[in-house]
Amino acid sequence: MFSLYARRRFINGLSLTISVLAMAFGLFWLGWILWTLLMQGLPGMNASIFTQTTPPPGSRGGLGNAIWGSLMMTSLATLIGTPIGILAGTYLAEFGQRGWLAPATRFINDILLSAPSIVIGLFVYEVYVVKVGHFAGWGGTLALSIIVIPVVIRTTENMLRLIPNTLREAAAALGTPQWKVISFVTLRAARAGILTGILLAVARISGETAPLLFTALNNQFWSSDMNQPMANLPVVIFQFAMSPYDDWRSLAWAGALLITFSVLTLNILARVMFRQKANTY
Amino acid sequence: MNAEQTVTPKLIVKNLNFYYGADRALKDINLTIPEKMVTAFIGPSGCGKSTLLRTFNRMYQLYPKQRAEGEILLDGQNLLDKKQDLNKLRAKIGMVFQKPTPFPMSIYDNIAFGVKLYENLSSRDMAERVEWALKKAALWNEVKDKLKQSGTGLSGGQQQRLCIARAIAVKPQVLLLDEPTSALDPISTAHIEKLVDELKKEFTIVIVTHNMQQAARVSDFTAYMYLGDLIEFGDTSTVFTNPKRKETEDYITGRFG
Repeated sequence: MFSLYARRRFINGLSLTISVLAMAFGLFWLGWILWTLLMQGLPGMNASIFTQTTPPPGSRGGLGNAIWGSLMMTSLATLIGTPIGILAGTYLAEFGQRGWLAPATRFINDILLSAPSIVIGLFVYEVYVVKVGHFAGWGGTLALSIIVIPVVIRTTENMLRLIPNTLREAAAALGTPQWKVISFVTLRAARAGILTGILLAVARISGETAPLLFTALNNQFWSSDMNQPMANLPVVIFQFAMSPYDDWRSLAWAGALLITFSVLTLNILARVMFRQKANTY
Repeated sequence: MNAEQTVTPKLIVKNLNFYYGADRALKDINLTIPEKMVTAFIGPSGCGKSTLLRTFNRMYQLYPKQRAEGEILLDGQNLLDKKQDLNKLRAKIGMVFQKPTPFPMSIYDNIAFGVKLYENLSSRDMAERVEWALKKAALWNEVKDKLKQSGTGLSGGQQQRLCIARAIAVKPQVLLLDEPTSALDPISTAHIEKLVDELKKEFTIVIVTHNMQQAARVSDFTAYMYLGDLIEFGDTSTVFTNPKRKETEDYITGRFG
């Protein structure tokens, strides 16, 4: 009997050790990445990063136009993708029990969710950039919103499914029409979770390079014209990091640090919001 | 609780059958629910008592594979009739569920939500209605200073009374209670039972309960169900002290179920 117990203790200890080692292995790389990023990025960090535009090689400059372009395209893509995602996710969760349309949509959405972003970039290049004949901010926005939509659809559906059916029944039992049940009760109960999903979608697109490379490309100047090529952080990082010029490489690291910390902030924000949701509901 | 008092029928159930897909969950139920009295449905799990209750406001219509056949007359009108407006029906027949279901909004809005569906009240009239409902549900004194706070922040027992207040704020004629105290502690349960006794002066109440003592305490009439059949129906004291059927006696005395 004791040998059985000792064996169990040994296996327990062994599994725990392996798990801790696996965690340490993962954390090691993550730590290394963050460390390198900080070491290389911090020296290039200063106020002119935000105020000056991307320089020609050999002269001083910043990332202002790229930051501005990224902000514009990311927020526009979120503005376009979010309503579509929420509406479609609501359809799947609230009306998706009958018929074939919902399962088909869900399946296609899953494919879209895991589609390589370069494919989405190529798609927009083909249907938009080639048709209008030049790279443009709208193309980048379009590509990014195609990435946002499936993420928001998925989280909206999942969050709505977490709402207990009794809440829907309670609202229906008062004689509430279904559209009111959904918009005033279920969506409201799920709003923290849905917002979390939107934030995660923003985090996801703020680092995407491939879809922008084919669509918005880059621009040396400040530009708010969505019909012109538009500077953005990921593509600038891509181009500057591969260059032989030291100031460009330093700017690329600073940009990488900037993106990483924005994404980190968004993730922390999402977690805090989700925790608050858990407390109220 | 005496059998001689005159009763007016409020709901008359005629040859009611209910199906979950191909499963027949209610078998030829015939039953009369008297007005402004408390009728309790008792029976072991799966006997169909909740199913029967949920046919009265056609709750089953939310689910595609469930259907009811037969007649349920509310003041003489068949409420299972397809032409019957579902939302108007539910305004007349309110429901409270096993688990408290406060909406994700303030206490005040929880009550006002249902009222706004049917009535256009001035904000003063609405405030009066909310107060009236909360007083009826014996919750007013506990929440009158925090009407703007979220309804989800209340304790379980308070949440359940909030749900009762929400249901009666619409001024229904019938109140359906589906195991309203099974998730509550004894003190909150006592609160709600006292409340049921108060509310029957104005509303016809149908309560489903697992707790036989509760049925004996609060109800005027009791229906015992088993496997989709209505085994016995009569006034509560008779059903509990002198049941006509052997099965009822076995269940009530605890030899079964």
